[in-house]
Amino acid sequence: MSILGNRVVRREDPKFLSVGGTYVADLDLPGALHLVFVRSSMAHARLASIDTSAAEAAPGVVAVFTHHDLGLAPMETVVGMTPEAMTQPILAAGTVRYVGEPIAALVAETREAAVDAAELVVVDYEPLAAVVDPRVARRDETILFPDAGTNTALTLDMGRDEAMFDGCEVRVQQVIVNQRVAPCPLEVRSAAAFVTPEGRVEFRSSTQAPHGVRDTLARALALEPDDVHVISPDVGGGFGAKATVYTEDIVVGWCARHLGRPVRWTETRSESMLGLGHGRGQVQTATIGGSRDGTITAFDLAVLQDCGAYPGMGTVLPFMTRTMVSGVYTIPKAECSFESVVTNTTPTTAYRGAGRPEAAAAIERMVDIFAAEIGMDPAEVRRRNLIASDAFPYTTPVGTVYDVGEYRRTLDIALDVAGYDELRTEQRRRRDAGDPRQLGVGLSCYVEITNGIPEGEYGSVEVRPDGTVVVRTGTSPHGQGHVTAWSMLVAEQLGVPIEDIEVIHGDTDVVPRGVGTFGSRSLQAGGNAVNQAAIDVVEKAKDIAADLFEAAREDIVLDKSRGVFHVVGTPALARGWAELATAAVAAGGNPLLAEVDLASPGPTFPFGTHLAVVEVDTETGHVTLVRHVAVDDAGRIVNPLLAEGQVHGGVAQGVAQALLEEVVYDGDGNPLTANLADYSFISAAELPSFETLFTETPTPVNPLGAKGIGESGTIGATPAVHNAVVDALAHLGVRHVDMPATPERVWNAIRDAAERKGA
Amino acid sequence: MRVTITVNGTVESHDVEPRTLLVHYLREAVGLTGTNVGCDTTSCGACTVLMGGESVKSCTVLAAQADGADVTTIEGLARPDGRLHPVQQAFREHHGLQCGFCTPGMVMAITSLLRENPAPTERDVRLGLEGNLCRCTGYHNIVAAALAASADPESRS
Repeated sequence: MSILGNRVVRREDPKFLSVGGTYVADLDLPGALHLVFVRSSMAHARLASIDTSAAEAAPGVVAVFTHHDLGLAPMETVVGMTPEAMTQPILAAGTVRYVGEPIAALVAETREAAVDAAELVVVDYEPLAAVVDPRVARRDETILFPDAGTNTALTLDMGRDEAMFDGCEVRVQQVIVNQRVAPCPLEVRSAAAFVTPEGRVEFRSSTQAPHGVRDTLARALALEPDDVHVISPDVGGGFGAKATVYTEDIVVGWCARHLGRPVRWTETRSESMLGLGHGRGQVQTATIGGSRDGTITAFDLAVLQDCGAYPGMGTVLPFMTRTMVSGVYTIPKAECSFESVVTNTTPTTAYRGAGRPEAAAAIERMVDIFAAEIGMDPAEVRRRNLIASDAFPYTTPVGTVYDVGEYRRTLDIALDVAGYDELRTEQRRRRDAGDPRQLGVGLSCYVEITNGIPEGEYGSVEVRPDGTVVVRTGTSPHGQGHVTAWSMLVAEQLGVPIEDIEVIHGDTDVVPRGVGTFGSRSLQAGGNAVNQAAIDVVEKAKDIAADLFEAAREDIVLDKSRGVFHVVGTPALARGWAELATAAVAAGGNPLLAEVDLASPGPTFPFGTHLAVVEVDTETGHVTLVRHVAVDDAGRIVNPLLAEGQVHGGVAQGVAQALLEEVVYDGDGNPLTANLADYSFISAAELPSFETLFTETPTPVNPLGAKGIGESGTIGATPAVHNAVVDALAHLGVRHVDMPATPERVWNAIRDAAERKGA
Repeated sequence: MRVTITVNGTVESHDVEPRTLLVHYLREAVGLTGTNVGCDTTSCGACTVLMGGESVKSCTVLAAQADGADVTTIEGLARPDGRLHPVQQAFREHHGLQCGFCTPGMVMAITSLLRENPAPTERDVRLGLEGNLCRCTGYHNIVAAALAASADPESRS
């Protein structure tokens, strides 16, 4: 019987539950110095002077460095697409452009000494006008980078087709703010470095991509990749924001080399809220057109992306928004253009979904607005426009090719499980009764792209002479459970118990190549690589078995129920993995090992339907999420326990964006949500238990038939909850409320609608 | 100043700065790194330990305040024979953890919650965990684990 598809509990857990994980801050580094950063308290200013003399003289301080001490080139541009004039210097060079930008690095014998002395660094600021809102930034009245001459970092102008809405009976436009949010992994950023006697940089990093850290750090410090050894130990969450290297990481490595002593750095949460990249940050102008029979015929999305102060990963995310712009619908004409602009705020980066939640939010909100405009049930409008199951592979108007889909099925299941008709009856009852607690039902039919990058992944499987198995993977899990899932894949192919399988990740010496864990790619790229390596190692073992049995190779069979090889027809004469691995070493000195560098199997397009039920207190504006039904299709599910866990986490983050969370700045660029007391991080008390279901439509794109499940939660849940809030208020004349739908926003929307009606 | 604290049944005595927080004392003086620091505003609960049998956020207790107290961390929760505490066991069975960073604090908070309220409703658990943040699980399986553990009479010990 196959182990795949079973709810195997995690092999990772006993350690975490009994003594806790080993995160970078937990590493024992004898003699390590502590690094803290002096950060800008102003959003935009020239640095007239930085006086470090008092800090340098303080007890325990080893050194204080500013930009010119380092002599390092600025951060690299993101995939070569953004202007050189906008690159971020390693420590501020003459100008600061956001609150929290590192200005000086202070190294001391203890953390306490470093924190105390950092207070003594005197920074003389000459304030400049700050630009906070991307809608203002695009006007180029205040320019962040004079050498660039503009605040626009990147544009994609597809040339708006004014005729695309010709002939539409109905055409509606809405500006939708997809607000800036904070990823908030529970573990903040942390790194440590020391130099070996041979001159090699040993680097420890809380990262999603240790090989990327190795290569980026080597380039930044003018070293060869082999001169750097990166280990990511246990990592306390990432959500995309730990997929890239930060300037602080490079300073840690530089300081360790310069000082010749181990250096460690762990930011505080208040620093992390300013320093770790933020997610989302789009202002969308969406236009939808169609006919009163419910047919949608045109959709246009103009995206204004907030890059923050230095264009990073956030700048290019609108490409992903464009890729998914028309969602699950057969819309004949659809287009998306974008402009990414810099502002005096924390740089934006990938955050769970990374451009796709923004796409789903736009189209799903607009479908509801369209439904309201023509007076049709939003479920019915969706049904009439879904791409049919027999239309795949399906090419969208922007050229995206969806692999496979059963969109109607997930919608039907969600409506059925939720009891949609009964919910509408109850909604009518409350409306008729003028109940202060109104009911809202929100739908989101989504499709997204996973494994969307061209890189493949490394995986290897080695059988040791004692019969145990070691798996090396280029993915870098930080909660996803790859040790368990990859063990299951290998156990399935080799017929060995998962307890005999060790999975190694996150060490760039032991795992020679790797890309990492982000973009819902791991199972498709890394899992398929490991699966292929397992298949290959079985084939190699058959060669050895053929020699040992003195039999024809094609007569050798693997009995997976016992984990032994034998000649067909003589199962009693069997040899186990240990014997074959021992024979392999004895024969040629080489271990029984198969390595695979899997080329990317290509992107897949998970889909599903989420349905949210909310209660809105119309007297206070308070929204309560009552139910959340998620029907997701990620193709073949290797371990439902892990897959559900991914959905749960993503849904919670989606609900958080819809109802609670927002990074807020005042007009001068001062952050107002720079710690977890002020930022509305969602808690258990604000959520119900979720109702999660899967349909399994395998993708033809990769051998496992698997699609990504890591990000569907934020993509599916956010618009469902958002739509539910507006739905609860529709009879009061409310057509749109921006996220997060806080009590204040909801209450104001009700009041404004009442005033419009009264006017 | 010198503080003497019984940590997981072992008497520990160390010189500390008066400003030393209990969490830093546990991690650095005693060397138990299972208790994590997730914020600096007493918001996240990653540092939750038991002091005198009740949950406290160890980032908001000075080591000096804990002088003479009995403190239990995640490392001290399992039974002497190595068996996991029912709350720990329920977390494993219900996939109540992913990255593991909030987990020690969550487990300690739930252990304390079940001592106060041995038969909580889902709502009780959710309100009781308001001060413990998790970014991975959406709390779904944490709540399930807490409710499952509450059915085990041993969870109160």
